[in-house]
Amino acid sequence: MRDGLPADRLISVPTITVWVNGTPVQVPDGAMASAAFLAAGVPCRRSVTGEPRTALCGMGICFECRAIVDGVHQRRTCQVPCREGMRLETQP
Amino acid sequence: MTAHKTQHAQVLVVGAGPAGMAAATAAANAGAHVTVLDDNPDAGGQIWRGGVPASGDQRDSARDRAFRAFRASTASLQTGRRVIDAPRPRTLRAFSEATGTIETFTWEQLILATGARERLLPFPGWTLPGVFGAGGLQALVKGGFSVAGKRIVVAGSGPLLLAVAAHLQQYGAKVVSVAEQAGLRALIPFAATLCSHPGKVWQGARYRVALRNVGYRTGCWPVAAQGTDKLTAVRLTNGERIWTEPCDLLACGFHLVPNTELPALLGCSLVHNPSGDCVAVDATQRTSLENVYCAGEPTGIAGLDAALLQGRIAGLAAANRPDDAKALFKQRDREQAFGKALDRAFALRSDLRSLARPETIVCRCEDVPYSRLQSQPSWTEAKLQTRCGMGPCQGRICGPAVQTLFGWRNISIRPPLFPVPLSALVSEATLESAGDLSGERPGRDTPPAS
Repeated sequence: MRDGLPADRLISVPTITVWVNGTPVQVPDGAMASAAFLAAGVPCRRSVTGEPRTALCGMGICFECRAIVDGVHQRRTCQVPCREGMRLETQP
Repeated sequence: MTAHKTQHAQVLVVGAGPAGMAAATAAANAGAHVTVLDDNPDAGGQIWRGGVPASGDQRDSARDRAFRAFRASTASLQTGRRVIDAPRPRTLRAFSEATGTIETFTWEQLILATGARERLLPFPGWTLPGVFGAGGLQALVKGGFSVAGKRIVVAGSGPLLLAVAAHLQQYGAKVVSVAEQAGLRALIPFAATLCSHPGKVWQGARYRVALRNVGYRTGCWPVAAQGTDKLTAVRLTNGERIWTEPCDLLACGFHLVPNTELPALLGCSLVHNPSGDCVAVDATQRTSLENVYCAGEPTGIAGLDAALLQGRIAGLAAANRPDDAKALFKQRDREQAFGKALDRAFALRSDLRSLARPETIVCRCEDVPYSRLQSQPSWTEAKLQTRCGMGPCQGRICGPAVQTLFGWRNISIRPPLFPVPLSALVSEATLESAGDLSGERPGRDTPPAS
């Protein structure tokens, strides 16, 4: 069956480890920080009324994926490539 | 200080997607000194976004050719820079998030290739984690988000839906349904138009083969996303009945809208269009302003082939090669006709205007619900009364939504075009005033930019 390739048929790329709210998460090398939040199942930020939000547009337009990256607030995580040991935190 | 460097370009290109790459390559090969700015980490725009590969990846020869030619040219690419304003004539400033600094670029000829974004429409549950734009989810998957084994509903409108669904399957997802809001009656004339674009038929056929076990429903749209903390199902309708499709993710976008913020800020004339304003250009892609050109989706959504031709024409015209530019007009016009057919085929049905409930959030930055907007007479008034469109995205998401829902147009574009941290503005203001004092040290009382 050719459609719906199982995960093990995906090209294996080296992974790196980043920290999402203090928990280690493995992501493929070259992944964006937004992918780490999605992999961890953790929101990037809380909205002004407290709703959990994750990346939406994936291209730096909507600002839904804003989070804290290595201590810096308001980074659009869909535009920030992950680096080994990067610390990512949900923005309150 | 390195923060305050001014760079000069004979031709400055904003946007390194297909149109911007084509423009830069053509202008550089014609001998111009070209600089290209882009907000993303790399060139390619959204359609040619790089990232984490899948084993089923097809070689894309158009992409490969464009990248080879662009990299072989003398055009210099500066990524991670979003243009924020135009403080003086023939001057743009860009903010670099990585360094936290503002950079200044001066130009003789300017080419705007700012691309398009998805139109996202509010419906109950659309702010739940697990709901994405259609192209949005595709971009995030390229950015390393694994969808292997996930059940995904792809919904909305436009040719992008099939491309996204095929792409998600290639990454191991189980696409359970593709729901296109346009009805079959609107799509049949579009299919006929395709006969004069054989390349596009071939592309479409490839998607259909990849998706042969997936239901592609026309005249079908989402009415609600369900779940408490995250998405568990989507409610779909065909106008007659409503059913529930259990899924892990929803990829939903309603075709594209041009990114016209920068052209509008500069004062370029726009063409008003019910599906979104476009930048007005002449045959050489020149805007209403002298020495300012525009290419690709901002001039009207017409797809990749049109963008590449428009880019080449703009690049040649900006580099003073009018005859070479003219040779491409006919081909470009043919591709633009395809864009017109797209607009007709994927026109939004009025049912989409009544999906939001009173409590449904319309402005996601400021969490403004539909009920607070209903009574407003205009977007200007809505901004003042509710803060709709006043958050960090500055109305890029809710703007096209309120245009669809209420017919409001955004008539005020103000700098900065994107939020800039105060620290960057303060250091920039200090340095500017240092320059004004011609060599004197900046005074401690230098006022920060407000």
